[in-house]
Amino acid sequence: MKLAVEVAALAVRGLRKRYGEVEVVRGVDLEIAPGECYGLLGPNGAGKTTTLRLCLGLSDPDGGEIRLLGFPVPARAREARAAVGVVPQMDSLDPDFTVAENLLVYGRYFGLSDAAIGERIGRLLEFAGLAGRAHDPIRALSGGMKRRLTLARALVNDPQLLVMDEPTTGLDPQARHLIWERLKRLAHEGRTLVLTTHFMEEAERLCTRVAIMDRGRIIAEGAPRSLIARHIEPQVLEVHGPGLERWMARARNLVPRVERVGETVFCYGADVQAALASLAGEPELAYLHRPANLEDVFLKLTGRDLRD
Amino acid sequence: MPPARLYAPPALSLRFVPVWRRNFLVWRKLALPSLLANLADPLLMLFGLGYGLGAVIGTLQGTSYFAFLAGGFLASSTMYAATFEALFSAFSRMHVQRTWEAIVNAPMDLEDVLAGEWLWAATKAFAAGVCMLAVVSALGFAQWPMALGALAAVALVGLAFAAVGLAVNALATGYDFFSYYLTLVLTPMMMLSGVFFPVEKLPEALQAVAVALPLYHGIELARPLLAGHLPQGAAAHAAVLAAYAVAGYYAATVLTRRRLLK
Repeated sequence: MKLAVEVAALAVRGLRKRYGEVEVVRGVDLEIAPGECYGLLGPNGAGKTTTLRLCLGLSDPDGGEIRLLGFPVPARAREARAAVGVVPQMDSLDPDFTVAENLLVYGRYFGLSDAAIGERIGRLLEFAGLAGRAHDPIRALSGGMKRRLTLARALVNDPQLLVMDEPTTGLDPQARHLIWERLKRLAHEGRTLVLTTHFMEEAERLCTRVAIMDRGRIIAEGAPRSLIARHIEPQVLEVHGPGLERWMARARNLVPRVERVGETVFCYGADVQAALASLAGEPELAYLHRPANLEDVFLKLTGRDLRD
Repeated sequence: MPPARLYAPPALSLRFVPVWRRNFLVWRKLALPSLLANLADPLLMLFGLGYGLGAVIGTLQGTSYFAFLAGGFLASSTMYAATFEALFSAFSRMHVQRTWEAIVNAPMDLEDVLAGEWLWAATKAFAAGVCMLAVVSALGFAQWPMALGALAAVALVGLAFAAVGLAVNALATGYDFFSYYLTLVLTPMMMLSGVFFPVEKLPEALQAVAVALPLYHGIELARPLLAGHLPQGAAAHAAVLAAYAVAGYYAATVLTRRRLLK
């Protein structure tokens, strides 16, 4: 018999964390159901990585409550982590070991026997597209392969929940797409995925729900489609080139919302046909007509200022 | 982190074993060059000074100068082996390779990592001590079975310096930081602890300093045991080394928590 109340994979209430004078997490609430793929988006310094560290019990919060797979964190974080896999932001593979040894040694940290890990290694390498490379040294792997091995390492304990901090940062498009395919497969297997990213495209493709985080707070949350529908007009027209000023003055009468950012004009609306038609007489101007996406929402909510 | 958690005594658990095994697996791949690196320096010094300077000095405290030095180097080579592992190697794993970070993402606590590192560095130091003893014994300068007791002294020296080394590691900003500890702490300790000459030859004020140093107590144990007789005040010497091990490990725990569990 199933329990009447489903235990959240991750439930966070009122989470706060301060480093010296700066409060980097300022009251975060999360409720992630089993089987969801949840994306935490935000500019650099928004508090995403700190939030993940707190949820894993690697750092003590200054306030709030965390339950990871039903276990209170940090009090019983270690028990929770037994059923969690983590893909950290920075490469932490063991350079002294081969591919297979990396999995063996990591599996031991979960209390698994060498025999049990040995049985899994073949399947994990297959999954990571590293079959036949079991005895290669780590330095022989490309960036994409290292990332996939890190993902395989995070699966050595057959986790219910995977936590990934920027799983595809620094990868080329081929490597990124391969990771996405693997993550989709993991989601199909019913595992819960929690990831941070600044690739909006990644979040839109993979995530059932996303939260946009800025300055330590979640400022918007929902399914990618509904977030776009809620915050942005469905059509976007980007225009740049000589004579932009003159055309912009006209465009203001043709579309509901016009915004200038540096040398580019953005037009937003349910229908931008009129503006599009007016571009026919402006051969000097370059333009891009596209549907609104999560990046538009992100930039609207977090602003276009650089964050370092 | 609340002070109650920061200053809590370290929790001990068998979970240190996979950390120890990780380091052992790496070492197994490079055991020979690693032991050579630990032993080349003290052995060259031992032969050079033992035979060269020994010819000038003759006997010291009733034994050959070579035998006198052998006891000192047995302890000091163990000290350096433990120290290098707890400083440079542990720092690589903590800071450069992010190995510790990966481990605590598994169901492991920072304290499990630290315990594994401590006992690993002590093990490696013990291995260096055993090899040193084997060489000294092959040359006929170890009186068995009493020399076995010297191994117990070596184990204590390893535990003490591995623990203190990990505390220094927790404060390090980079590899260069370790030069301070090596040149300002260990080199003077080597001079003051009776490796090269009896501590009684030092001015009284410096003798008082020597008595507070862990290496001094290691040598006071190792040297007579190697020569085949029981050291005077063995229990007290062992107690000082144990105290350094315990206090050093506690300091390492608190400082590492402060550094990594922010």
